[in-house]
Amino acid sequence: MNSGAIVEFQQVQFAVGERVLLADLNFAIAAGEFLVLLGRSGSGKTTTMKLINRLITPTQGQVLVQGRPTTEWNSIQLRRQIGYVIQETGLFPHYTVEQNIGLVPTLQRWNPKQVKARAHELLDLVGLEPGKFADRYPRQLSGGQRQRVGVARALAADPPIMLMDEPFGALDPITRVELQQELRQLQRTLGKTIVFVTHDLQEAFTLASRIGLMDGGRMVVLGTRDEFQRSTHPEAQAFLKTLQVVDAQ
Amino acid sequence: MPDEAPKTWNDFFLIRYGGEIAQRALEHLFLVAVAVAIAVAIGVPLGILITRKPALRQPVLVVANVLQTIPSLALFGLLLPVPIIGGVGRVPAIVALTLYSFLPIIRNTYSGIMNVDPAIREAGRGMGMTQWELLQRVELPLAIGVILAGIRVATVINIGIATIAAAIGAGGLGYFIFRGISTIDNDLILAGAVPAAGIALIADAAIGWLERRLTVSSSATNR
Repeated sequence: MNSGAIVEFQQVQFAVGERVLLADLNFAIAAGEFLVLLGRSGSGKTTTMKLINRLITPTQGQVLVQGRPTTEWNSIQLRRQIGYVIQETGLFPHYTVEQNIGLVPTLQRWNPKQVKARAHELLDLVGLEPGKFADRYPRQLSGGQRQRVGVARALAADPPIMLMDEPFGALDPITRVELQQELRQLQRTLGKTIVFVTHDLQEAFTLASRIGLMDGGRMVVLGTRDEFQRSTHPEAQAFLKTLQVVDAQ
Repeated sequence: MPDEAPKTWNDFFLIRYGGEIAQRALEHLFLVAVAVAIAVAIGVPLGILITRKPALRQPVLVVANVLQTIPSLALFGLLLPVPIIGGVGRVPAIVALTLYSFLPIIRNTYSGIMNVDPAIREAGRGMGMTQWELLQRVELPLAIGVILAGIRVATVINIGIATIAAAIGAGGLGYFIFRGISTIDNDLILAGAVPAAGIALIADAAIGWLERRLTVSSSATNR
């Protein structure tokens, strides 16, 4: 086993009945890495991500998190060690911003004062003024603000790993670029391992230390930005063309 | 007052039977309140159960549906020979009203929970909430409006059906109605019907108010 790996896929297959959704997944994610899973809709990138926090379990092979197969973890404990951010709807509409951010600490029975202090600290970190935002409800926020709260919530219990499933998909391009840059910054400062799912190559290039390209349930390319650009795989070529379309105009 | 109004206020049926109306209304409310409370205590957990065990959904809803379709007078009659929960008096009346309350309460609990945005449930699971935490902190608070709507329907239906309970000696406002029918006295019928309608309207408004207060809006209208 790769000693620096915080997450490792070993011969992983995932099937629902006869349908094989993921096959031959073999790769390791190093601690502190920013891995972007890239692919079209239905390529298996979200499913791959859900194997890490055991929202699903491999039908063959195993996924190791911190050296232990996910099946040997208590799945509740495992998930509380892994931050999870999904598209904007993931915030609880009946919780204030502060309660949303404090969710995992509250579940872990921190005392209320600590939870509040932590929530305010994180609001500062993601660039939202606590005095102004702590008591608001998600419906009273803009899309970009909601995503900031989503990131803050995932960071609350200081998990070493964060999973992010197209978190910026619904944002306008300007806010998206802003949040991408802040996230990259944040990841470097905090040293988190991030697995990030997107179908946008531009976003992958901005964020990733490595890009994993998914196609038909397999990982067809795995490498840095430069390696990805040199790849001759047709799916990688197809994605690279999406950039050239813009350049040509 | 309309032209055919009684000559003096003291003859007006609500005044004339005032004391007895109050007593019968309390009996009436007691029957409905106990029946709805029991139906909530059984129906809400059952509604939650069928969100967790899809195989049970169909049978549970079919039974609740069938219960709903039995005519109320027939149900009271059917309960007459049944031991312990049957016979005459309050107990069989409460049993019958409870059975009628099941369908709206179970169905609304089920659909209230099933209508919680799957992304929200998934976010909760992904952050390591247990099934119980998810139910208690997310699903029930978000479904409470729909569940209360079911309780409201059950309550209003029961206030109407409870008037028939007087036929098996359970008391309540139906007592006036049956007496009025047998003596062909419209005032007496109204003395039962009007307060029953009034109670139904008040209960409807009160639970409706609670429902609106507790319903969580996730839309961006308050922005």
